[in-house]
Amino acid sequence: MATLVIAEHDNKSLNDATAKTVTAALAVGGPVHVLVAGDGCKAVADAAAKIAGVEKILLADNALYAKMIAEAMEPLILSVADKYDAILAPATTSGKNYLPRVAAKLDVPQISEILKVISPDTFERPIYAGNAIQTVQAAAGKKIITVRATAFAKAADGGSATIENLAAAADPGFSKFDSEALSKSERPELTSAKIVISGGRGLGSGENFKLIDKIADRLHAAVGASRAAVDAGYVPNDYQVGQTGKVVAPELYLAVGISGAIQHLAGMKDSKVIAAINKDEDAPIFQIADYGLVADLFQALPEMDQELAKRGY
Amino acid sequence: MKVLVPVKRVIDYNVKVRVKADQSGVDLANVKMSMNPFDEIAVEEAVRLKEKGKVSEIIAVSIGPAQASETIRTALAMGADRGILVKAEGEIEPLAVAKILKAICDAEKPMLVITGKQAIDDDSNQTGQMLAAMLGWGQGTFAHSLELSETSAKIAREIDGGLQTVEVKLPAVMTTDLRLNEPRYASLPNIMKAKKKPIEEKTPADYGVDAAPRLKVLKVTEPAKRSAGIKVKSVSELLDKLKEAGAI
Repeated sequence: MATLVIAEHDNKSLNDATAKTVTAALAVGGPVHVLVAGDGCKAVADAAAKIAGVEKILLADNALYAKMIAEAMEPLILSVADKYDAILAPATTSGKNYLPRVAAKLDVPQISEILKVISPDTFERPIYAGNAIQTVQAAAGKKIITVRATAFAKAADGGSATIENLAAAADPGFSKFDSEALSKSERPELTSAKIVISGGRGLGSGENFKLIDKIADRLHAAVGASRAAVDAGYVPNDYQVGQTGKVVAPELYLAVGISGAIQHLAGMKDSKVIAAINKDEDAPIFQIADYGLVADLFQALPEMDQELAKRGY
Repeated sequence: MKVLVPVKRVIDYNVKVRVKADQSGVDLANVKMSMNPFDEIAVEEAVRLKEKGKVSEIIAVSIGPAQASETIRTALAMGADRGILVKAEGEIEPLAVAKILKAICDAEKPMLVITGKQAIDDDSNQTGQMLAAMLGWGQGTFAHSLELSETSAKIAREIDGGLQTVEVKLPAVMTTDLRLNEPRYASLPNIMKAKKKPIEEKTPADYGVDAAPRLKVLKVTEPAKRSAGIKVKSVSELLDKLKEAGAI
């Protein structure tokens, strides 16, 4: 039988997490099909059809799925679940929202946020904020899995999957979308950016995040934050990197004014290179940073901005 | 309206966990245990709703060893009215927890279940969603704020791109995110009062649920360690090093 991946998208473009989840799905066992559920999302299905290794796209294009509301996604996924041995979704806030409903209805346990596929039924996943790694084996029967996308490489382009329309399932009518307030940013998305610069409580105010923004603009980096900075209201919740926020694994993670609580480290310690600027030389962040600079960020950041300008960034 | 608040006993937030040498799990001996922080937020939200007169009774439920009664006492001291302890040893997977909670909801008929979005031990983030599906209810996960009426809940949710607000018909399940509220500390008089509040003791079998784990944990290991690198003396040196490493 086959493996189904649920696509992550915004009705216009396919999120990178999908191609990364396809990599995990291919390791679980092919053929791999991708379900694109959305509203006016044909372009997303076309993009998903180009992922190498994907055989078929199921396109459920209906207003009901515009926001991928969990209660509506559940019967849609269940309508095709019989045909699959395994159903995988990226562990985004969307995947985390709908997939456990599917597992519950199928009476199978969900395996959350896998980091590695050891064999088609055995997986590694983080527990205790990534302070321990659990190797877990699924029982016989259907496997329901969310995938930590940053732990997998993106599947290559070059596929040419067929696109098949999938009829909408009945609307359970439990809930409806009301509104959303999305952060607008010209910068790359936090979880797929090559460089992430995060600020912590040391920034002291939302206004001071402009010091980070300037450098982020020069390096085409995404801007993140520690929980302390979000709780203090300096930046919105979607900036949060950590155990309960976003997990990032960029080429470079620059932590500024972040002490390095274990919950924050859980969200960034798989970054390739970690650099930290903090005025406290005993800050725990320095224990995992490849390059540490003990300095006052209010001097270091403007200096870095000038230095980068000088070097042509 | 009645509110059910499931709470889990977990290793305290501030404890650095240690993996056992035989790779069988994490060392729980002599480690401080507390209520899962997200569940504390859930209890606080329920108590605030009661203080506003929107909720008549709060039932705290915990599924776990006998000591989970302490976790229920904490909820009672914060303002919950009574407790249900479902005694079960060992690892209880979210699927089994959701089945037990469903049976309790069938009996108690709450209009709202509020619980943490995830427990900080297994980091599964499943129970609330599974429970909602089993009950045939709507859900508002990762709640940032709540407006409750007699028939519906307007819940702003913390999502990857920002905030999304959904309107969910009651009865419903809500799971809490960090910014929903700041939980109170129980006062000494309330801790004393909580000792007199009733806790009913049950077992999974009472609810006809087989709580045996369905997944097999083969081993638990330490994550790959990162070691500290070098300290640089200046911004300029930092940029040189990052350039050398190909990071910028």
